[in-house]
Amino acid sequence: MAARNPQGGRPGASNSRFAQFKLVLLGESAVGKSSLVLRFVKDQFDDYRESTIGAAFLTQTIALDESTTVKFEIWDTAGQERYKSLAPMYYRNANCAVVVYDITQASSLDKAKAWVKELQRQANENIIIALAGNKLDLVTDSPDKRAIPTADAEQYAKDSGLLFFETSAKTSENVKELFTAIAKKLPLDQAGPRSMRASATRPGVDLRPEAHSTQGAGGCNC
Amino acid sequence: MEEVAPEYDVVVLGTGLTECVLSGVFSVKGKKVLHIDRNDHYGAEAASVNLESLFKKHGNYTKGEEPWKKYGRANDWNIDLVPKLLMSNGELTNILVSTDVTRYLEFKQIAGSYVQQGSGPKATVAKVPDGPAEALRSPLMGIFEKRRAKKFLEFVGSYKAEDPATHGGLSLDRCTMKEVYDKYGLEANTRDFIGHSMALYSTDDYINTPGVAKEAITRIRLYVNSMARYGKSPYIYPLYGLGELPQGFARLSAIYGGTYMLNTDVDEILWENGKAVGIKATMKERIEDGEGMKFETKCKTILADPSYFPGKVRVTGHLLKAVCILNHPVASTDNSDSCQLIIPQSQVGRKHDIYIAVVSSAHNVCPKGYYIAIVSTIAEGTSNHHLELQPGFDRLGRIEEKFMGQPIPLYEPLESGQNDNVYISKSYDATSHFETTTDDIRGVYRRAAGEELVVEGLRDGQNLVTDE
Ligand SMILES: Cc1cc2nc3c(=O)[nH]c(=O)nc-3n(C[C@H](O)[C@H](O)[C@H](O)COP(=O)(O)OP(=O)(O)OC[C@H]3O[C@@H](n4cnc5c(N)ncnc54)[C@H](O)[C@@H]3O)c2cc1C
Ligand SMILES: Nc1nc2c(ncn2[C@@H]2O[C@H](COP(=O)(O)OP(=O)(O)O)[C@@H](O)[C@H]2O)c(=O)[nH]1
Ligand SMILES: [Mg+2]
Repeated sequence: MAARNPQGGRPGASNSRFAQFKLVLLGESAVGKSSLVLRFVKDQFDDYRESTIGAAFLTQTIALDESTTVKFEIWDTAGQERYKSLAPMYYRNANCAVVVYDITQASSLDKAKAWVKELQRQANENIIIALAGNKLDLVTDSPDKRAIPTADAEQYAKDSGLLFFETSAKTSENVKELFTAIAKKLPLDQAGPRSMRASATRPGVDLRPEAHSTQGAGGCNC
Repeated sequence: MEEVAPEYDVVVLGTGLTECVLSGVFSVKGKKVLHIDRNDHYGAEAASVNLESLFKKHGNYTKGEEPWKKYGRANDWNIDLVPKLLMSNGELTNILVSTDVTRYLEFKQIAGSYVQQGSGPKATVAKVPDGPAEALRSPLMGIFEKRRAKKFLEFVGSYKAEDPATHGGLSLDRCTMKEVYDKYGLEANTRDFIGHSMALYSTDDYINTPGVAKEAITRIRLYVNSMARYGKSPYIYPLYGLGELPQGFARLSAIYGGTYMLNTDVDEILWENGKAVGIKATMKERIEDGEGMKFETKCKTILADPSYFPGKVRVTGHLLKAVCILNHPVASTDNSDSCQLIIPQSQVGRKHDIYIAVVSSAHNVCPKGYYIAIVSTIAEGTSNHHLELQPGFDRLGRIEEKFMGQPIPLYEPLESGQNDNVYISKSYDATSHFETTTDDIRGVYRRAAGEELVVEGLRDGQNLVTDE
């Protein structure tokens, strides 16, 4: 179970800082969102993966330096983007987003741009957005497969204030770099996927049976 | 856009809470599920909407004006269409935990549970006692009655269904609740708040029905145990509103392979020998030009909310509901950021209780300084519905905005679904919690799957969480 509550810098305990952030993936179906997550979290790649099962909620930590650790709580779309049916819950309180397109599919960048717009309209205003042009391995051998010139996407990312990488979930090229760049850009002092929520001081109730003990005087212990 | 598969095990129509829980359960159990909604958002009748949508839905403003603008950002409002709260020890909580959907949601306590005694200017509002000890402090009873109530609640607390020694010498399977109350010598007012604000019966029908005693005692126990769990009230509530619940279960379904399509109209149900065997549908965004994407798919089972099969349901009653925007807490509720206040029917000369559910910015459903109070009851007349809710409005003090639509019909299916493969859920009823909703979820599952729904261990099949 991922930690429910924000864990910002731990004052006093030591010099180490540990921060947790919600990261969401967005982009057209089949551009490689789930594959990028799988590569980042488990260092695996599967050519024939079709289903998103198992990759819908993962966590991964990155050590930025000896004293700073960033933990990503990663939400994959679970395929709900396929027919434009992502729920608002999905990008609610996201601290960062990776918007993915496929460098061999021209239309996928348009989709990515639409998602960036949507995020800038709906998500919290400090959200860090990274643009990832995925399937870089496909153009290494046959450059004519490339549909989107690096410079075009890079210019768009620059104009829109996005981090930008061309990646390959297959070869792992630039995958670690992508997530590390996001981690570096996150405001570590206001950490926590839920820090934007109502009251960090009085966190919500934990529903797990093992988590509570306030069996009051009137409780019937059943 | 990708092709829709030619066949599914289950097609689910409507993304209300009942449908989303069922969709999630069927997907977890390995069924191939297609889940459709005609709207552009999740939740159907159980959605939460923003203030602009609410104004537009009710049309209670002059054209050209934008009255929602004086209440901050419209999107900071999440106003529930269904006025309900979760019992913290209730079945929905159990399902949320068993499926790990809690991972996507954050819950907060409702800060207090209150009941009204008397009516008009003499009405008093007091905390509902949460157990024997609290009963002794309650202003709802005199000193002697307090002791009797304490004895009664001790009996309820030690009750075990399987141990007749705890049944107080009564045959609870057969006797009425009146007999139980009589045994403890409880007064009418005490019976009223116990039956209506603890057992949460909305009429007095339960009192004289033989065999209901056991159920009533179980309901009081649920109240007391829910109360004991977090301390302030027996209720919890998800941040950002109840509309998060269907979204959470839809995500569960999707993770296990369920396919989701919003903005999709069902054009036709395909029948063979009186049984539904598939659907024809069109997916089209409201703003989109052209025909949209038409498709046809086969299925073994259809689950649907009543709105998709108007010819296969009947009306059982009408819910009256008014959403009120306040800029202050409700009087006599200890300045609580949220509460449930029940006005038992007999106190105000009605047959059905009036419920008031209050949430606020503490639950991320509105901007700071505002409170959303939903007053509801079952319609008893055919006109003057506003007057039926008046005792509730009287509790609220100054009201900034009031949204009261037409009476909302409550539907139930005419048939079980076993004959035509169409399994229809019930409308969200007038109760203040989700216990009847989960009963319906279990009922639909039993009919459609031919087995009892066991949620315990649902999450154990597959470990979705990878902690390093
Ligand atoms: C021993 C005794 C001394 C009392 N002294 C005072 C006093 O000094 N000042 C004062 O204002 N009130 C006194 N009372 C009355 C009592 O405090 C009030 O009746 C009670 O607080 C108000 O009723 P209730 O809502 O508590 O009724 P409950 O707690 O619901 O009790 C009502 C029941 O208690 C019984 N009862 C109520 N009053 C009496 C009584 N006086 N004698 C015997 N049985 C009774 C009746 O059977 C009645 O049905 C006394 C009561 C008793 C039993
Ligand atoms: N060659 C290549 N194929 C990839 C890469 N990333 C993903 N794929 C393939 O693209 C398909 C879709 O990937 P998936 O991760 O499911 O995409 P999603 O729908 O965006 O989550 C799968 O067949 C993957 O194997 C990549 O970097 N290179
Ligand atoms: Mg995917």
